[in-house]
Amino acid sequence: MRSDTGPRASLGLKIAALGGLLFLHLPILLIFLYAFTTEERSYQFPPPGLTTQWFGVAWERQDIWPPLYLSLKVAAISTALAMILGTLIAAAMARARFFGRDQLSLLVILPIALPGVITGMSLRSAFGVMDIPFSTWTIVLGHATFCIVIVYNNAVARLRRLSGGILEASADLGANAFQTFRHILLPNLGSALLAGGMLAFALSFDEVIVTTFTAGQQSTLPIWMYNELIRPRQRPVTNVVAILVFAATFLPILAAYYLTRGGSETAGAGK
Amino acid sequence: MTGAILPSRGAGDRLTGLFWRRPGVLLLLLVSPPLLWLGVVYLGSLLALLLQSFYSIDEFSGMVKEEFTLKTYAELFRAQNLDIITRTVVMAAAVTLACAALAFPIAYFAARYAKGPWKAAFYLGVMLPLWSSYLVKVYAWKLILAKEGILGWAAERSHTSWIIDGVLAVPGLESSSLSTSPIGTFMVFVYVWLPYMILPMQAALERVPTSMLEASADLGATRGQTFRTVILPLAMPGVIAGSIFTFSLTLGDYIIPQIIGNSANFIGMAVYQLQGTAGNIPLAAAFAVVPILIMLVYLTAAKRAGAFDAL
Repeated sequence: MRSDTGPRASLGLKIAALGGLLFLHLPILLIFLYAFTTEERSYQFPPPGLTTQWFGVAWERQDIWPPLYLSLKVAAISTALAMILGTLIAAAMARARFFGRDQLSLLVILPIALPGVITGMSLRSAFGVMDIPFSTWTIVLGHATFCIVIVYNNAVARLRRLSGGILEASADLGANAFQTFRHILLPNLGSALLAGGMLAFALSFDEVIVTTFTAGQQSTLPIWMYNELIRPRQRPVTNVVAILVFAATFLPILAAYYLTRGGSETAGAGK
Repeated sequence: MTGAILPSRGAGDRLTGLFWRRPGVLLLLLVSPPLLWLGVVYLGSLLALLLQSFYSIDEFSGMVKEEFTLKTYAELFRAQNLDIITRTVVMAAAVTLACAALAFPIAYFAARYAKGPWKAAFYLGVMLPLWSSYLVKVYAWKLILAKEGILGWAAERSHTSWIIDGVLAVPGLESSSLSTSPIGTFMVFVYVWLPYMILPMQAALERVPTSMLEASADLGATRGQTFRTVILPLAMPGVIAGSIFTFSLTLGDYIIPQIIGNSANFIGMAVYQLQGTAGNIPLAAAFAVVPILIMLVYLTAAKRAGAFDAL
């Protein structure tokens, strides 16, 4: 007979598992601590003193605003494109078996399964071959491509759980395809699409590897941060920006989790 | 339309009728925009990459010569470039093994013992680091590994600095601090890719039926024997699926070795520098083809081992 508590884990396993989780989370906390340090030339621990002045300094720094604006713009456009394209593929995949279906699903996953440097270098080569100058749109091309799979994953998982019966019921009651889409499909897909969109936004906002190949001289916020990591100026200001970037990815992820709870939509998605 | 029960009310209804009679039309409408995007933007770019890798750079003018040649690929076999490739593959293999070892207890605990709120906590505990900002994570480790950083401080306080000094004195890994040594690069790689190993591993472990473990125990196996002969073989597809991520991501990364480590070259860094400052796009493209080939071999081997059932 099985007891309610189930088998007990050994102490060693518990320590290893919890230790592993702590290992994943503790480093991030340091980012927050160092945003308040009074030491700006080294990473001295413990910080010699604490101050909140760096938030004001970061606010005044004129070189942070244009990258932030560009990052938001790119993420917004890429997310919108990815949501349209990802939902379309998910709808096609969910409703039918057709020739080349497996190949299409591989094609959707490929931009995220291959290392970012390949996607980046490929786009860079294509811009070189076709003499396309770098612009906001060259960045968007890359970002939208790897964001499609995120939206697709979320949408297709929801569509699989959605019973085909309600679509047929809608048709039986006289709705045409567009009315069914508007009144039946969209409300049911809504939260999954929103979750996918938020994850795509977080991914795009934070992306640096592909972006360095497609941005030319432009600077997104991650590229700005990357440059600061190589040639630091006021180190705590980098921490303030890091907190901003962290929040801009952390909050959408948390929201996406609560929107799709109960499913396994976000599991196993690679970056 | 004759024979319809409801009167036709406009274009929307006529299209609905068309979709009903010919489902292929709707499918085509759904599939073609994303297919065009991925086909043109992504596959087109990959083709451009291949194309560029067969071009070469003119040694005198520094311009790209658009003629088919294998010269650029031959350059990959120079000693220094082979060094880069070997170093990257060894690093990727080491990172994959370390991730598998660290991930196993977390995945096993989450799959077998965590219940209710703990289950959710473990899931979020792995998902959040997986998705949160990559650069921020790398930056956090720059803070940790710096000579004056928290790790050095903790070692000094606990009188264990000799461990760090000892590691940094190992031939081939010499460096003034962890943040400029290959050990540091390795640690950050393991940290950043660990969640990618945990998730597929956990999925595989969750599918191991408890009855099998009970049967194994009933037949007299010790915990160790059950682990070796039942759990591990059944979890293997998950391990391989996870290793695809850790291996592939390490192969292509160029940010981590650039920020943490002794500026020794990796494939990703070579690609980045060749296309940027050096302006040698053909060689950069040829270098980028290397991880694709390695991953193709790896994926073929993984497919034989049945790893894709666990993705």
